[in-house]
Amino acid sequence: MELAIGPLLFNWDSSRVETFYARVADETPVDTVYLGEVVCGKRQPLLQNALARAAGRLEDAGKTVIWSTLALPATPRERRLATDLAADPDHLIEAGDMSAVWSRAPAPFVAGPLLNVYSAPAAAELMRLGCVRLCTNVELPLSSIAEIARACPELTLELFAFGRLPLALSSRCIQARMEGLHRDACRYVCDRHPDGMDVATVEDQAFLAINGLQTLSHGCQLVDRPIEALKAAGISALRLSPQTLDIVALAVDFRAYADGHIPADELAARVRALGPPGPLVSGYLHGAAGARPIDDRWAP
Amino acid sequence: MKAATAPTLELVCPAGSPAMLKAAVEAGADSVYCGFRDETNARNFPGLNFSPEELRAATDWAHERGARVLLALNTFARADATDLWRASADAAAMAGVDAVIAADLAVLSHMHSHHPDTRLHLSVQAAAGTPEAIAFYAREYGVKRVVLPRVLSVEEIKALSRDITVETEAFVYGGLCVMAEGRCALSSYASGRSPNLSGVCSPPEAVSFSEADGERTTRLSGFAIDRLPAGEAGGYPTLCKGRFRGGKSNEVDYLFEDPVSLNAMSLLAGLAGAGVTAVKIEGRQRGRTYVARVTAAFRAAIDALRRGESAAPYESLLSDLAEGARETTGAYRKRWR
Repeated sequence: MELAIGPLLFNWDSSRVETFYARVADETPVDTVYLGEVVCGKRQPLLQNALARAAGRLEDAGKTVIWSTLALPATPRERRLATDLAADPDHLIEAGDMSAVWSRAPAPFVAGPLLNVYSAPAAAELMRLGCVRLCTNVELPLSSIAEIARACPELTLELFAFGRLPLALSSRCIQARMEGLHRDACRYVCDRHPDGMDVATVEDQAFLAINGLQTLSHGCQLVDRPIEALKAAGISALRLSPQTLDIVALAVDFRAYADGHIPADELAARVRALGPPGPLVSGYLHGAAGARPIDDRWAP
Repeated sequence: MKAATAPTLELVCPAGSPAMLKAAVEAGADSVYCGFRDETNARNFPGLNFSPEELRAATDWAHERGARVLLALNTFARADATDLWRASADAAAMAGVDAVIAADLAVLSHMHSHHPDTRLHLSVQAAAGTPEAIAFYAREYGVKRVVLPRVLSVEEIKALSRDITVETEAFVYGGLCVMAEGRCALSSYASGRSPNLSGVCSPPEAVSFSEADGERTTRLSGFAIDRLPAGEAGGYPTLCKGRFRGGKSNEVDYLFEDPVSLNAMSLLAGLAGAGVTAVKIEGRQRGRTYVARVTAAFRAAIDALRRGESAAPYESLLSDLAEGARETTGAYRKRWR
């Protein structure tokens, strides 16, 4: 079972970014690292240099680097960046939308979780176009992933195993709007909330988190099934989505879980001790509401 | 190059039932769109939609009156039930509909290989808003028209039209998704059901109301998604239209969007000038009285434009219908962002 670090979803400053990836390179037992801005095209120029340096360091450490493309390219500059990246045969890429697939095919690519693959025939279509690996949509239950795996045995399947769930994208910046700002003059207010800005219901129940254009869950996804069940469903990689908690400790705990050294409930206890950004949830994996707490009999 | 004549726009109207289809056609719809009575379409609400037999009869009826029927097969086939989507695609082709509106690669691929003579439109649920994404669907599946994501401005649509070879269809009236369509899982995070998974957003069986201290709280699977003074009218309680607490002020406010409804009638000429082929009214869930009024108003506005007249006299005809009684031109004006 491979471990992968998903693309950073939040607007971190470059020193935090460099420290994060330096630690990933030097101290974590992960195999694959996705780099690139996937949420907001305005943020892309901010981190270009830091990410290029991170890529070098990660590759020197023996990690596979995959470049993720923007999920909602719109402006000519955003489109150019996405298509240039996708068309570059020297890089592995994760397609964030169909523009990238168009520019990439038939060269091999990874399909990101936002490509709306909900069934085996849809996965087969992407494979026909060059897809070799799929990070499954967060809404998919394990049973559907198993169906896809059965029909597409050559496809590497990666599961969104940890982190706040990316739930929605808008072309309008929700965070700027909340601060009374316009997207074109947003002052990059999303940098104030490195795990996303908490949103509660009118009854003060924690519910969602805002990250610029993106809405995430307040709850933090954590896989809560035995590792053997994931393998049986055809999953061969686990995606850890960057949050501010200790990435090295998280990756070490996940390695122990993936290798069968600790069970899922022990993983949950350890992750809880690391201070995740919200309560641990896993409903989607079970075909239930995504916000449903993890199945964890030993939870406090 | 498109000729610089007076704009003509195809008027595409919602039909949540056979009665609504007739009302829309009689009020002047050029085309109507509808779905089967199951989770294969994005308005899978109780009491709505068509059986295959009803679709066949309605299609014949519409064709006799020169109207087109578009069948929305625009959800994503569930891994354990792909047969249902395949059967629906086959039934749509059998009924002789003028086009199938789809988003899922599985559905598009099935239609393209098994029903190559049935025209394919790309649903807004595919969220294809770039020339590259649209070219992908045109090349791979022979898609002839793309329903544009409701996130583009008129200027962006104009630029896009220059770069693509397929027709475009733009929403001009009705409910407004704030999020990129087909990319939103807010509803399933709370309730387990979503547009992509099951064809519903904020499903009615998961919505409940309670009143206390003169206020009415709306809940979706237990999560409070809005609170209004009791008796105040609100639109259908979708999660993204609700009020939440957050931000610098930490006050309760509309998080994603004020309760507004799209009305782009004032932009019809601009949309036609931007190269848009068809304009679409949202609201298969809204009933035949509603569709008759909205269709008639847009018919009058489009006919006025065709005669070289202004559509302005018709612009206020529908203001009492808007959800929450307020209207917006949405993303079509860039200021919205």
